[in-house]
This record gives sequence, structure tokens and C-alpha cells, in this order.
Amino acid sequence: MPVLVRIPTPLRSLTKGNAEIQAKGHTVEGLVEDLERQFPGLKERLMDESGELRRFVNIYVNEEDIRFLESKKTVLKDGDQVSIVPAIAGGR
Amino acid sequence: MTKAREFGFDTVACASTGNLANSVAAHAAEGRLKSYIFIPADLEQGKVLATLVYNPTLVAVHGTYDEVNRLCSEIADKYRWAFVNVNFRPYYSEGSKSYGFEIVEQLGWRTPEHIIVPCAGGSLITKIWKAIKEFKALGLIDGPVTTRMHAAQAAGCGPIVTMIKNDTDVLVPVRPNTIAKSLAIGNPADGYYAYKTVKESGGFGAHAADEEIVEGMLVLARTEGIFTETAGGVTVAATRKLIETGVIQRTESIVICITGNGLKTPDALHGRLEAHVNIKPSLSAFDRALADLKSHAV
Repeated sequence: MPVLVRIPTPLRSLTKGNAEIQAKGHTVEGLVEDLERQFPGLKERLMDESGELRRFVNIYVNEEDIRFLESKKTVLKDGDQVSIVPAIAGGR
Repeated sequence: MTKAREFGFDTVACASTGNLANSVAAHAAEGRLKSYIFIPADLEQGKVLATLVYNPTLVAVHGTYDEVNRLCSEIADKYRWAFVNVNFRPYYSEGSKSYGFEIVEQLGWRTPEHIIVPCAGGSLITKIWKAIKEFKALGLIDGPVTTRMHAAQAAGCGPIVTMIKNDTDVLVPVRPNTIAKSLAIGNPADGYYAYKTVKESGGFGAHAADEEIVEGMLVLARTEGIFTETAGGVTVAATRKLIETGVIQRTESIVICITGNGLKTPDALHGRLEAHVNIKPSLSAFDRALADLKSHAV
């Protein structure tokens, strides 16, 4: 299931500067595993220790927030576009 | 704007539900900076005009604010612009502390027992709280701070108040459906911090339905002489609920944050108000109308 994944600037240090990468996964969860295989260290920036999406990470499949879909269990198909967008919050 | 200039930007931008759009466009014009303002396409005409008058590039996005915001995060990644609420967010959010500073100053360097704040992205409530704590640390506030911070949201878009009511720090995004468009953020970035602020201060929250929002606008106008937009109606309605449910006692000092002018959202009152007297320019016509009015009033 190759899909296009858009990587935000703060994570591009882990993707050799690439803003868009191809990855595979039956679900978003599986996609994150493939991202980790390709770019070690990426998973822990997206998921916490218990495997849940981090609070300030938003993931969109074809423009839709996955929390309105099946969250990390959201099923992917060929040609889907996935955006990882950090929430800009705080400012202490 | 000052910081944008300092860092050498020639273009500023923001994602907005309307009010920030007005401010950024205005200050950009004054500072001779180019501006790109991104808003949901269904925004009230009053807010659109109050932005366009400053001649920014206004981009109406066919989607919710949350979609506009996500788009802006991606645009900010690509273009070298000073996005007020993305890459310039620290300065923007620190600026919100002014609201808290002014509350304390205007109360004679005291803090109220309650502050009710309308929540959209959730930043303002956290920054008012921060402002109070900073003034306290600086020794500018006499006595202990006992202020409880309360969140006000519309029933049709109230994910932060839902967190408070359910006592969970996990925000569940919603699809906004409310007349309070300036608060229509279904995935508030600062929702977690807003929740923490309310919990830390011992406050609570309340949702206001559309009808209650309009009622809140009318009550504020007819008791305080202040015409607020729908967001202010939310705050008034939420305050009323917090009082009715005993969270706030009537005898305690209460500050409610009225954050927008009613002329920006006149549609909310459409059909609710009409001229009472409509006459020809003659004294006899007025006499008849007045008599008629009095007979109806009995």
C-alpha cells in the first residue's frame, strides 16, 4: 500500500531533509512502523511509550483528521496522501 | 509586527476565525508589511469587510477553521512568511497576557474571584492565568490569588469544556456547528493547556446553545450597555449557567471577557429586533403612536 507522506519541517532532520516520502502500511499504525524502518527515530516523535499518537501530533489521511476516522487503525489504500502536522500550541 | 520586522520578514500572515484577521491586516497596513489572511469562506460579512478595508490578500478557504489552520501550517513550512499563529506564535501568545494585566490593573491591582473566558484555540485563558501569576510573582498583587478560571464555549463547538466536564486531559476534536463562528475551532491546539489552567485554578466550564448565545448578547446590551458579538454571548450565557449551578456565587467578584464587537455579527440578531415606532414627521402622529405603545404596554 504505497502512500505519500508529507513530513513537517521539525521532523525532516530524520528524513534526510525530505519533505515527502513514500511509505507502506495497511493502517496508519502500520505506516508509522514502516516510517520507523526507513527513518529510525521517527516513531517516537509520533507515538508515546504506550503506542498512542502524541498529543500535539495531527495526522491527516487525504485531508481528513484521522481522529474523525479510525484513528491509528485507519485503513490506507494505494495512492492515499498522509500529512503529519504538528499542532502549534503553548508558548511559555 | 515589530518582531516580524526585527527578523527581516516583509510578509505577515495568519489563520483566523475573523478577529485576528482584522488585527493582523490593520497592523500590517500600518507597518507597511504585506499580509496574507486565511479565513473560512463562510465567515460573517462584517468580519470580512473589517479585514478587507486594510487591503490584505484575503484567502477564503472552503473549509472549517481547523482545515484553514492545517493548511497554514503547511504553507508556513513552504513560504518564508511571519505566520502570527504558527511560527510567530510565542510572540502572539505572550501578547495575550495584556488581557490579564489589564484586568488586574483596572481592578486596582487586585484579582477577581472568577474570570470567565471564551475559548476557541484555548490560548487566551492560559495567558490570562499566566499574566496573573507573573504579576503576583512581581509583587504587584496584594494578598493571595484566589481567582478561578472558567471556560466558556458553544454547545456546537465545545471540546475544551467537554474535557473539563469529563475530567479528562484527552481532547476529542469536533466538527463545529454554532453561530459563534469566532469560537468555532473543533481541534483547539491549546486545548490541553486550557484544560490544565482551569483545573489548576479550580475553575469549571459551561456550554451555551445558539439560542442562549443570542439571549446572552441581549442581556449584556440591556443591562450593561455593551453590544457584543456572538462570542461575548457565549461568555454571558456560560456565566449565567455557572451561577445557576452554584459554581459561582452571585456575591463573588466576577470578570467576564467580552472579546468582540457586536457589529461584526449582526446576523445573529436578524429578525429579533425592530423599530418600535414608525411615523410621519408630525406631532399628532407621534401622539397616536405613543398612546398606542402605552396601551400595548399595559
